Amino acid sequence: MDAQHITTKERLAIPRQEMPAQLPEVRIHNFNEVHLGYTPELARQEALRCIQCKDPVCIKGCPVNIKIDQFIKLIAEGNFLGAAKKIKEDNVLPAICGRVCPQEDQCEKMCILTKKHESVAIGNLERFAADYERETGNVELPSVKSSTAKKVAVIGSGPAGLSCANDLIQLGHAVTVFEALHELGGVLVYGIPEFRLPKEIVKAEIEGLKQLGVVFVTNAVAGRSITVDELLKEEHFDAVFIGVGAGLPWFMGILGENLLGVYSANEFLTRVNLMKSYQFPENDTPVFNCKGKNVAVFGGGNTAMDAVRTAKRLGAEHAYIVYRRSKAEMPARLEELHHAEKEGIEFMLLMNPVEFIGNDQQWLTGVKCLKMELGEPDDSGRRRPVPIKDSEFILPIDMAVISIGNGSNPLIKQTTPDIEVSKRDTIVVDMNTMATSKENVYAGGDIVTGGATVILAMGAGRTAAAAIHEKLMGVSAK
Amino acid sequence: MFTPYRTIQQVSIITYEIEEPMYQIVSAQFLAENIKKIEIEAPRIAKKRKAGQFVMIRVGETGERIPLTIAGSDPEKGTITIIVQGMGKSTRELNRKEAGDTIHDIVGPLGTPSHIENFGTAVSIGGGVGTAIAYPTAVALKEAGNNVITINGARSKDLVILEKEMAAVSDEAYITTDDGSYGFHGFVTQKLQELIDSGKKIDLVLAIGPIPMMRAVAEVTRPYNIKTVVSLNPIMVDGTGMCGGCRVTVNNETKFACVDGPEFDAHQVDFKNLMDRNKLYLPEEKHSTDAFAHKCHMHKQA
Ligand SMILES: Cc1cc2nc3c(=O)[nH]c(=O)nc-3n(C[C@H](O)[C@H](O)[C@H](O)COP(=O)(O)OP(=O)(O)OC[C@H]3O[C@@H](n4cnc5c(N)ncnc54)[C@H](O)[C@@H]3O)c2cc1C
Ligand SMILES: Cc1cc2nc3c(=O)[nH]c(=O)nc-3n(C[C@H](O)[C@H](O)[C@H](O)COP(=O)(O)OP(=O)(O)OC[C@H]3O[C@@H](n4cnc5c(N)ncnc54)[C@H](O)[C@@H]3O)c2cc1C
Ligand code: SF4
Ligand code: SF4
Ligand code: FES
Repeated sequence: MDAQHITTKERLAIPRQEMPAQLPEVRIHNFNEVHLGYTPELARQEALRCIQCKDPVCIKGCPVNIKIDQFIKLIAEGNFLGAAKKIKEDNVLPAICGRVCPQEDQCEKMCILTKKHESVAIGNLERFAADYERETGNVELPSVKSSTAKKVAVIGSGPAGLSCANDLIQLGHAVTVFEALHELGGVLVYGIPEFRLPKEIVKAEIEGLKQLGVVFVTNAVAGRSITVDELLKEEHFDAVFIGVGAGLPWFMGILGENLLGVYSANEFLTRVNLMKSYQFPENDTPVFNCKGKNVAVFGGGNTAMDAVRTAKRLGAEHAYIVYRRSKAEMPARLEELHHAEKEGIEFMLLMNPVEFIGNDQQWLTGVKCLKMELGEPDDSGRRRPVPIKDSEFILPIDMAVISIGNGSNPLIKQTTPDIEVSKRDTIVVDMNTMATSKENVYAGGDIVTGGATVILAMGAGRTAAAAIHEKLMGVSAK
Repeated sequence: MFTPYRTIQQVSIITYEIEEPMYQIVSAQFLAENIKKIEIEAPRIAKKRKAGQFVMIRVGETGERIPLTIAGSDPEKGTITIIVQGMGKSTRELNRKEAGDTIHDIVGPLGTPSHIENFGTAVSIGGGVGTAIAYPTAVALKEAGNNVITINGARSKDLVILEKEMAAVSDEAYITTDDGSYGFHGFVTQKLQELIDSGKKIDLVLAIGPIPMMRAVAEVTRPYNIKTVVSLNPIMVDGTGMCGGCRVTVNNETKFACVDGPEFDAHQVDFKNLMDRNKLYLPEEKHSTDAFAHKCHMHKQA
């Protein structure tokens, strides 16, 4: 079958093409990527499933409105490089989004096929096109407009900062990115594990930005090494974009939380991903030795899934997810949940930890939990879990990872009091421009929304870039 | 300018001098056995840092991030000074560096600066390498007009560091050694008790050193209600408030030492919890240290 001579009926008869993956029993012993990627044949086959709607509703589900029908058509025709180019008109990090977007809640949820069949695997196809372009060495740098003689500082090198920098440099502005850590990429490098998003891919994207002329300054903590006001007044930046993410781990505030063996997900994942402690002692940073131990991760989001699957790979005998609600309420991507199940992760649902218990050496030995049942829906529309009387029990564990979300790091707020923040310490912006209450200062990503998604952070970075351009040049970016 | 990436590059109107993101060591010498003073080029940090702040250092590409107090700086020259005691692998590796060598990453200044004002009479107590951490704050206290008394404690005479420097900022300077080989024979706490007993009015005590020492100082001053500040040394990873690994219990509340501290009210600190938490990686630390010692040994033999 080829893209020209295929009927809708024939398209609909093709089953959704699964992406080849490492077998669960193999992958729990390594940190290599779980999914292996489509072959060109599989990609074309999957692309043929798209019925090329007159009104491609899938696009409405994508926060950056990728021209999904068009790029899929190009894949079906075998024009993989053309497809990659088409995607990049709207999304600068397709290899990353194709891997980590919660597609089932976005583009694929809207896909017309979802109702009667399975949706087109838009994420997988996006990933394929981007990988194909990169792996065949065909990434072309976009053209950069002539210099505007304006300078913009971007604080934070997560998806929000990177996408903002990308658009601004292409519009001809000089862009310097300031990053607190010694490595670039934000959550993409310190949070999301190698087995879900190989760091090589993040590196390649950043390399592209360097080649376009973006200057990256690592080891620079805004608020400490340099303040927003200094950037504007002393370093003469014309505008500043703040994309510092949501990086202040919440703890549960229950007894025993400072026992040895209790971690925040941020610490556990940072040690393993950023500091590569899974390669201890070749890398100097140690992490709790999970081998043969029982590890419980508290929470139900992507971060929790990443932490628990990491513990499993580090050799945990039992790796539990302990969650207050039921599986249906878990915010994690469906795919990650399925992967976790196949990898032997044990789900302890409708359970609420009330106290960590330790031995006389202060090492964690267990967690006291209460069983819960679902009651009335709460503000978020999810049914509120309520404890069942006298249901207390102790789950024996050696390590606990707390993954109940992040607040906002207060550094910028403390050192730049004229930027308005909300009660939750997130930065308040005009959502159309991402402008903060401070002149020429913009913000976007998790620092504005609280923990959200890669694609939303990217979208915010792009909105801000367009607004900054307009402000500095007095003309629209389009 | 910060130390940015790559080699000379034109970015429209500005030219950045771009080199590898490495930090040059300007000078390095041992102050005592195993304690080295290292001066590093880090102009931005030199300009910004205040007493009580620290940097996170990653010695090499595969190194861990370790916190070290900024002992001093020269904003003109663009350098900061750290004083490092060889404890395990990372600090020993750092202590082998000489002038001209480089360090992979330095970030700072981090932490909340010491609260400095004219308290009246301030006693600054340093135990071992803690003296290096106490020194910059002693300087700041002096500059703020305090009557500064320093007690500089060490196990024995050859481990005393910064004797001249401490004396220079002190109205009264004492040395104590555990074995009596120099100065007052006994612990810093005994000297402090002596001062209190002599009827001297003390308005602030700053104590920095091993955890048992800081805890003992807190117990000495508690009955007299003397405001006492300690600088805590939990295990850190990022040093920016992102991981919570450095959490300490102060006044029954959890605090992140890297952003809320490292200085806290000694009378409210849960020292036992700090001591326990610092044991988290003992087996791994021992492994790294032994492997490093072995490597150095082989190196010498070769
Ligand atoms: C473990 C984990 C798994 C996730 N999985 C998914 C997923 O599968 N799909 C998905 O869509 N989303 C996922 N998310 C959420 C997603 O990663 C975030 O929403 C997104 O990264 C936010 O981007 P950002 O640019 O706003 O911030 P970040 O990615 O957090 O980047 C902020 C950067 O700013 C730096 N910074 C902070 N403070 C300062 C300062 N003062 N000065 C200089 N630099 C500073 C930080 O070091 C960091 O590099 C996950 C998050 C986590 C933690
Ligand atoms: C705010 C702060 C300021 C400090 N200032 C100085 C200083 O000026 N001079 C100095 O010599 N030392 C200082 N330290 C202590 C120094 O950071 C540790 O000695 C060093 O990290 C040990 O690393 P290592 O690999 O050599 O030893 P290891 O063998 O790894 O550990 C030895 C001991 O050091 C502690 N430690 C280990 N890793 C870390 C880590 N990542 N962060 C903190 N502590 C750790 C543990 O208690 C451990 O038992 C400071 C610590 C803190 C928190
Ligand atoms: S960026 Fe995300 S939401 Fe948009 S098409 Fe790609 S996978 Fe779907
Ligand atoms: S809605 Fe589905 S079938 Fe229609 S164009 Fe989009 S991906 Fe193709
Ligand atoms: S070291 Fe990570 S929060 Fe303090």
